[in-house]
Amino acid sequence: MIGYHGIGVWLEKAAAWLLALLWISPLIYAFWAAFHPAIYATRFDLLAPLTLDNFREAWSQAPFARYYLNTFLLVTGILIGQFVLCTLAAYAFARFEFSGRNIAFALVLVQLMIMPEVLIVENYSTMSKLGLVDTISGIGLPYIASAFGIFLLRQTFKTVPQELEDAARVEGCSWLQVLLKVYVPLARSTYLAYGLVSVSYHWNNFLWPLIITNSVETRPLTVGLAIFGAPESGVEWSIITAGTLLAVAPLLLGFLLFQRQFVQSFMRAGIK
Amino acid sequence: MPSSTIRNQAYGWLLLTPAAIFLIAFTHYPAIATLGQSFFSESTVIRPAEFVGLENYQIMLTDEVFWKVVRNNIWYAIGTIPASVALAMIMAIWVNGKLAGRGLVRMAYFTPTILPMIAVANIWLFFYTPDIGLIDQFLSMFGFSGRNWLGNPETVLSCIIVMTIWKEAGFFMIFYLAALQSISPELEEAARIEGAGRWYYFRRVTFPLIMPTTLFVLINAVINSFKLVDHLFILTKGGPDNASSLLLYYIYEVAFSFFDEAYAATLTVVLLVTLAIIAIGQFLLMDKRVHYR
Repeated sequence: MIGYHGIGVWLEKAAAWLLALLWISPLIYAFWAAFHPAIYATRFDLLAPLTLDNFREAWSQAPFARYYLNTFLLVTGILIGQFVLCTLAAYAFARFEFSGRNIAFALVLVQLMIMPEVLIVENYSTMSKLGLVDTISGIGLPYIASAFGIFLLRQTFKTVPQELEDAARVEGCSWLQVLLKVYVPLARSTYLAYGLVSVSYHWNNFLWPLIITNSVETRPLTVGLAIFGAPESGVEWSIITAGTLLAVAPLLLGFLLFQRQFVQSFMRAGIK
Repeated sequence: MPSSTIRNQAYGWLLLTPAAIFLIAFTHYPAIATLGQSFFSESTVIRPAEFVGLENYQIMLTDEVFWKVVRNNIWYAIGTIPASVALAMIMAIWVNGKLAGRGLVRMAYFTPTILPMIAVANIWLFFYTPDIGLIDQFLSMFGFSGRNWLGNPETVLSCIIVMTIWKEAGFFMIFYLAALQSISPELEEAARIEGAGRWYYFRRVTFPLIMPTTLFVLINAVINSFKLVDHLFILTKGGPDNASSLLLYYIYEVAFSFFDEAYAATLTVVLLVTLAIIAIGQFLLMDKRVHYR
C-alpha cells in the first residue's frame, strides 16, 4: 500500500471511522428513542430504563400485522412475476435470432430511464379501467416486466457456452427444458443478486403504492408507516420511531445477517 | 435453414410477448398517452375533454409554482449530486484500503441505503423539529436559540439535501468499490516503487480508471434527483409555500389533490423530456468513451 505510514494515514483512518460513526448515528438514535420511555428521547442517560412499551403501543395503534402481510405478498408476487417474465425475455434476447431484436431490446431499455413511478397519472387511469385500484396486483403489475432484470439476465445468459445448449438439444431437450436445466441453474447468482435488489426496492417503494391503495387490506408497510407517522396524526415521537423500526426490521435484519451477499448483489447488479 | 429461422423468429417473439405486454401497457403506452393528454383540456362532468393545442403548456409557462419546483429541483440536484458522489468515492477508497474494522465501517456507510425513504424521513424529522429536535437541542448548548428548520423557506431545501446525501452516498459507494476492486494491485505496487504519493496515485491512476463508474453513478444520481420525492410526504409536503417541492411531487399534487389530470400530464411531459435528454447525454458520453478507448 502506498504511503501507509506517518501521521496523515492515521488521520485518514480516524476520519474514516468518524464518518462511519456519523453515518450510523441517526439509526442508533432511532434505536435509543424506540427502546426508552419518551422522556429520554432527548436525554442521553446511560442508566435510562429500557422498555418495549413504544413497540407495544405502535403495534396496537396501527395494523402492522396486516401491513407486513401486504408487503410480503407484494414483494413475493413481484419477484415471481419478474423472474418468469424476465427469464423468458432475456432468453429470447440472448439466444434467438429474430427480426427486430435490436429495436425491441432498445425499447425494453427505455424503462431504465422512464420508471413506472414517473407515469403515475396515466398508470392510475389504466388501473382504474382494469378495476385494479386498491389491489395488491395493482401495485405490483407495472413492475413485473423489469428492463433491469431482462438486461441482467440477458448478460448472464450470453456467457453460457453454446455447446451446453447444443448438447442438451442432442439429448432431446425442448427449449423450455434447456432454459430450466441449463440456463437458469448457471445464472443462480444473478437471480440472487437481482432478487435482493428487487426485494429491497419494493419493500421500500412508496409513491406508487400510496397512489394506488386506499385501504388497510392493501397498503404496504411504507404507506402504512407514512399515515401512522404523519405529524398531523399526533402520535408520540418515541412510538413513531418504534413503528419505523418495526417497518424496517425484516430488511435491516436480513441485511445485517447477509451483509456480504447484499453488498455483492448490489455490486454485481451495478457493474453489468 | 429457412424452417429453423422461422422457428427462431416465432420462439423469439413468443418468449418476449409476456414481458412486452406489460412493458407496453405500463411504460410505452402511458408515456405516449401522457403526451397526447397534454394537448387536451381537463374533462369534467359537464364538459368532455377537447383539443386545446399548446394551451396547457402556455398555462405552465406562466405558472409560478412550476418555475419554483423546477428551480428547486435544479438546486436539489446541485446540492445532492456532487457531494454524495464525492463522499461515495472517498468512502469506497477508505473501505477498500487497509482499515481496522473495515466490515463495520462499510456496514455503517451502506445501511442508510436499505432503509425506505419514509423511515429515513421519520427519523430525520425529529432532528429538524424546532426547539425539542436534536439539532436545536444541540445548538442550545452553545447558546443558539431554536429555529424552525423545515418551516423556513431558506433552510428547508438544505435540510432535505443533507438527508438525501446521507441516504445516497453509501449506495453509490458500492459501485466505486466494485470499480476499485477491478483495478490491478500491480499498478499500486509499481507506483509505490516509483515513489508516487497516495494523492498523486489517486489523481493520476485511480481517478481516471474509475471514470466510467463516475459517469454511471452521476447518471443514476441525476435520475434519482428527479424521482426521489417520498420524503416530502413526511417532512414538508412541499412547503412552506412550495419552497421544498420538487417536480414529481408537484405532478402528484396536481393529479391527486387538485384533480387536474391534463395539467399533470403536461408537467409529466417536462419530466419525460428531461429524462430523455439525460438518456441521450448518457448515450453520447458512453459513445465518446468507447472511441477514446
